Amino acid sequence: MGQLTSGERQLGVVVLVVLAIIGIAMAAGGRFDPIGIHGVLVLVYSLALLYVLFSQAFGPEPDASRFASYYDDPIKVGIGLTLVWAVFGMFIGVWAAAQLAWPSLNFDMAWSSFGRIRPAHTTGVIFGFGGNALIATSFHVVQRTSRARLADQFSPWFVIFGYNLFCLIAVSGYFMGVTQSKEYAEAEWYADLLLVVVWVTYFFLYVRTLARRKEPHIYVANWYFMAFIIVVAILHIINNLAVPISLTHAKSYTIWAGVQDAMVQWWYGHNAVAFFLTAGFLGMLYYYLPIRAQRPIFSYRLSILSFWGITFFYMWAGSHHLHYTAMPLWVQNLGMTFSVMLLVPSWASAGNALLTLNGAWHRVRDDATLRFIMMAAFFYGLSTFEGSFLAIRPVNSLSHYTDWTVGHVHAGALGWVAMITFGAMYTLVPSLWKRQRMYSSALVEVHFWLALIGTLIYVFAMWNSGIIQGLMWRTYSPDDTLVYSFVDTLLAMYPYYMARAFGGLLFLIGAIVAAYNVWMTVRFVPGVVDATADKPLAADAHDDATPAPAE
Amino acid sequence: MDFSHDTMLALAKVWGLFYLFAFSIGVVIYTFWPRNRERFTRAETEIFDKDDIPWT
Repeated sequence: MGQLTSGERQLGVVVLVVLAIIGIAMAAGGRFDPIGIHGVLVLVYSLALLYVLFSQAFGPEPDASRFASYYDDPIKVGIGLTLVWAVFGMFIGVWAAAQLAWPSLNFDMAWSSFGRIRPAHTTGVIFGFGGNALIATSFHVVQRTSRARLADQFSPWFVIFGYNLFCLIAVSGYFMGVTQSKEYAEAEWYADLLLVVVWVTYFFLYVRTLARRKEPHIYVANWYFMAFIIVVAILHIINNLAVPISLTHAKSYTIWAGVQDAMVQWWYGHNAVAFFLTAGFLGMLYYYLPIRAQRPIFSYRLSILSFWGITFFYMWAGSHHLHYTAMPLWVQNLGMTFSVMLLVPSWASAGNALLTLNGAWHRVRDDATLRFIMMAAFFYGLSTFEGSFLAIRPVNSLSHYTDWTVGHVHAGALGWVAMITFGAMYTLVPSLWKRQRMYSSALVEVHFWLALIGTLIYVFAMWNSGIIQGLMWRTYSPDDTLVYSFVDTLLAMYPYYMARAFGGLLFLIGAIVAAYNVWMTVRFVPGVVDATADKPLAADAHDDATPAPAE
Repeated sequence: MDFSHDTMLALAKVWGLFYLFAFSIGVVIYTFWPRNRERFTRAETEIFDKDDIPWT
């Protein structure tokens, strides 16, 4: 934050004081309700940031030379937060997986029951890990591809800290039992309002930065990031339209009723997958893949076609989550048809990525970072195929409510989202901190194999488990009664649940290794020596080598 | 006008379809418009910037 001008610092102080007052009001008004605890959290959060701001408040004004470089400080903080959330979210995930195998691991407490830690896991990894990674990389990509510095220095900080406050309120709320009971939109109304403000700021910052661009054409990665920002705003607002029972209570009721609520929820839910977990990360792919492979994208035109294909098909696919429900059949068919058509633009992107690497396979072999990106494209292709397949109604009758869905989600989340993120991180961290390399390429290699083996164990366990489960649920005796009770299916699942927890554990260890490696890179790897600059090295660097002047 | 479920259905099934057709044709034209070729080729290669500073 050293580059903030005094005006920006004052603006920061004003915003934080207002936030602290809101926190006090929430704490006072909601003292008999979980919202009061969140008021205290908001207060402490804003006071902590005020402390940071004040501790640097009387430093010198930044000079104009800052405009000659990109504004990377918020990106660095964003990367740190990404890794913290990764470890937290994946730890909760392993714990939740272990609870399914060994239920007593909830230790008989309300806050640690499966129903509460499960949203803490999903929010921690999707919004905490994924969201911070998207915000950080989007700030990086938009500046580099536009050749322009971020439009101002205040709003990036507002976006990052505001967004993380949202994640904190959401996750801490689940442990207290605060939830809207909407999957991937569990956070209650006040957290949702905060996210709206943050997200609109994010949108305007991004557009203003694009407007400052020196490069006439907007590179396709930015299209994906823009789609991610705009559509997530629309989805979030419409799905979270709700009326709180009072301003001092956490509980609210959605304005949607019955089957409309289900439709809106899964229109949101599937587009969260599409625009949060796909479009944004495709933006990452289309920038960091060419950069890391040092090869231009195979076909730029194909990337444009698949962009519009994905944005326009995904919007209609959500109803495939509601096959065999009270939803009108034509809406189910619509969702199913669009889901199948989605395979075309999805495979266009995955194929474009893999064909970009064609001719650089020796780099993929030698460079674990590029291998992360390659495996991400592979798993993207795999899980989009699986997704189209599962959306077909008769297939869905076997797979729905079983672990197959969980396996599908994790093929996407671990194999695609997390791997592309780690590939981007390992590319980004040395260049952002101007380090010569990562601290340890061996640890990147270790991380790659932990991540890949962990994902494969996880996904194969859930495929087996899910299909067995689905088949057992529909096995009838000759007298038309069910052969297996629900408990029979649980016993059959037990070995797979253990395997799943183990696979997840490997993935978590990989994330911890990554966090350690990034930390050591920032702290201990020497900076880049600018070898190309045409100027003398510092005098003390080569005292011995200087020849004596010939007098 | 009676604004019923059937109205919405007709809107979605007829005009929604035409709108998507028109849009996809528009996208294909934009993508393959000969004048855009140079711009896309430039975009492909221009991201490999060595100096990592904003242009002024």
